[in-house]
Amino acid sequence: MQSTAHAFKDNVDRALVDDNLQQSLAILKVGFSERRRQAVERLPEFEALRDRARDIKNHALAHLDLYLEAFEAKVTALGGQVHWAPTADDACRVVLDICREAGARTVAKSKSMIAEEIALNAHLEAHGIEPVETDLGEYIIQLRREPPSHIIAPAVHLTKDQVADTFHEHHRKLGFDRRLTERPDLVAEARAVLRRRFQEADVGITGANFLVAETGSSMLVTNEGNADLSNTLPRVHIVIASIEKVIPTLEDAATLLRVLARSATGQEWSSYTTFNTGPRRPGDLDGPEQYHVVLLDNGRSSVLGGDMQDMLRCIRCGACMNHCPVYGAIGGHAYGWVYPGPIGSVLTPQLIGVAEAGSLPNASTFCGRCESVCPVRIPLPKLMRHWREREFEHHLTPAAVRQGLALWAFLATRPRLYRWATGLANRLLALFGRADGRYAWLPLAGAWTRYRDFPAPQAGGTFHAQWKTRRGAGR
Amino acid sequence: MTVGLFVTCLVDMFRPSVGFAAVKLLEDAGCRVVVPDVQTCCGQPAYNSGDRADARAVARQVIAAFEGFDHVVAPSGSCGGMIAHHFPALFDDDAAMQARAEALAGKTHELVSFLVDVLGVRHVDARLDATVTYHDSCSGLRELGVKAQPRALLSGIAGLKLAEMANPEVCCGFGGTFCVKYPDISNAMLADKTRDIAATGADTLLAGDLGCLMNMAGKLQRLGSSVRVRHIAEVLAGMSDLAAIGEPETAPAGPAAAR
Repeated sequence: MQSTAHAFKDNVDRALVDDNLQQSLAILKVGFSERRRQAVERLPEFEALRDRARDIKNHALAHLDLYLEAFEAKVTALGGQVHWAPTADDACRVVLDICREAGARTVAKSKSMIAEEIALNAHLEAHGIEPVETDLGEYIIQLRREPPSHIIAPAVHLTKDQVADTFHEHHRKLGFDRRLTERPDLVAEARAVLRRRFQEADVGITGANFLVAETGSSMLVTNEGNADLSNTLPRVHIVIASIEKVIPTLEDAATLLRVLARSATGQEWSSYTTFNTGPRRPGDLDGPEQYHVVLLDNGRSSVLGGDMQDMLRCIRCGACMNHCPVYGAIGGHAYGWVYPGPIGSVLTPQLIGVAEAGSLPNASTFCGRCESVCPVRIPLPKLMRHWREREFEHHLTPAAVRQGLALWAFLATRPRLYRWATGLANRLLALFGRADGRYAWLPLAGAWTRYRDFPAPQAGGTFHAQWKTRRGAGR
Repeated sequence: MTVGLFVTCLVDMFRPSVGFAAVKLLEDAGCRVVVPDVQTCCGQPAYNSGDRADARAVARQVIAAFEGFDHVVAPSGSCGGMIAHHFPALFDDDAAMQARAEALAGKTHELVSFLVDVLGVRHVDARLDATVTYHDSCSGLRELGVKAQPRALLSGIAGLKLAEMANPEVCCGFGGTFCVKYPDISNAMLADKTRDIAATGADTLLAGDLGCLMNMAGKLQRLGSSVRVRHIAEVLAGMSDLAAIGEPETAPAGPAAAR
């Protein structure tokens, strides 16, 4: 996917005046956080589980090589095949090769952020293979040729009416000629269309929430059951997952599941939790003939052992974006690439470069709400600050900001000069008139006064000046 | 007990009455208050802009000026959080400085939580006939656990009725330099916040951080709202007769409480 992260401000401008988007965001901002709150309230040990989840992921990352090799050995023993993909291109090539070998024309895909990251659909289409998204949200945005705007709710930026229009436009040629208006009808229509596509598919591609080293299983949760059809009906099942998805044991998966759905949607469990463990065995009633796992690195191993490693704990629940007031204001597309919200602001500079995506970690008030809900306690503000530090070190910070900081620091480390400067500023502000108690306009403060008045300083001088007079002389 | 008051740069420059309110509250609770002259800012503008070197330089100055006190108190969760939560991380490669930063961090507090949690203040003598809503500023709430303490003290103020917002814990869009680096996003967040404030029917908005307060006051006044905006310290110190933030002053805002 072509990044527009460099044009973040333009993206923001568009998002803020997009009425459909704003209508959708108004619902999202309240809905997700309220459901999570209720789910957490019902589970007194939730905070302890977050600690446990963090520890499990930290342990797995500290011994990632060990668990990845153990996972590969298990998968191989089960009759499956593991493919190591250092880059996005490698992963696309591996998947295409498997599809070609299987003689595939149609591929049923269940939602996968890794597939978005490596731009798999475009690659398959360019080589004559049709990928069909089977998650309802992904299906909608595939019809609209849009990227997802949220990692667990890809079409959350759309209103029901927009979906109705999209289905009406695309389903007419399939014989569905009525424009539907009710949610259940829209779902039923998509279900009817997709059922045919499942049956046509030669290959099923799914992501994975976790890879279990102990058993060689890939684990997936969905609310629609589409992943189960994607991996049982076609002859070939390909799992694409990034390397940090591996965890040691089934017991660990059970612990992580307890925080995953609650953090994501406020459910205790997702509707479907599926473990895929190798291809169909003799005597199995269903299952694919071939089982492949493509393990993507794409720069992740370079994060191991460094000060940004915590980002690899992410289990992709989406809670950080559901609780982020910046995401709530601008939606996911404004972030310009695959991963939006706080985790996107941390991951994207790593995956596509800080020169391209440097705006993202800057567009945060560091309110910390993301960290306060993260099920694996990723210190997201701290990681965003690390990126800002790298930008500053590499002189990517805008010159005006650097100069402003240099002047500020010069004064802030010279208290006497600072007193003189604040006293002067105080008197200058008085020149603009403080009779109203506030200013509707001030020079150099346009970014503030465009939307709000600027409160005038109280009369009588700075605190330190007053303190010196009253206390310095008096006592 | 001697307390070093970290005034904060915004209080120093824009609203000295908050500093004097802090002095009164601390002295009333039995503290000796010292205001070191060698203080400017906590270093957050540099720290949050990725300028670690300048943030360290300012932090060194704060540490040297304040490490001698029994406690350090700031009328701000943001500046308090910077010292109590972030200073040690600035000196990862300097064990001696880090030890000093940690020692200072351990005795640095936001004003209202210091009054309640450390000094055990349960009641302050003050009156405010108003329906008040209280915004939980982010750093105080999430870095320092300031949530129950301001409400506990407000509940004892004569004439005051508290009307909570639906989302008092959601950021107001200030974020230091964020509000001028991304003014459009900031404004969208702020618009949500002012809607939430209006929905409470409160006539007064309180919070513990002057940055957030100036942001919200400026927007409310731009919208023509009559909600008055004050720092909680002023209310607790019985200084609610002062002109509210952004309102015209009738008489010079003197340090009424300074004796």
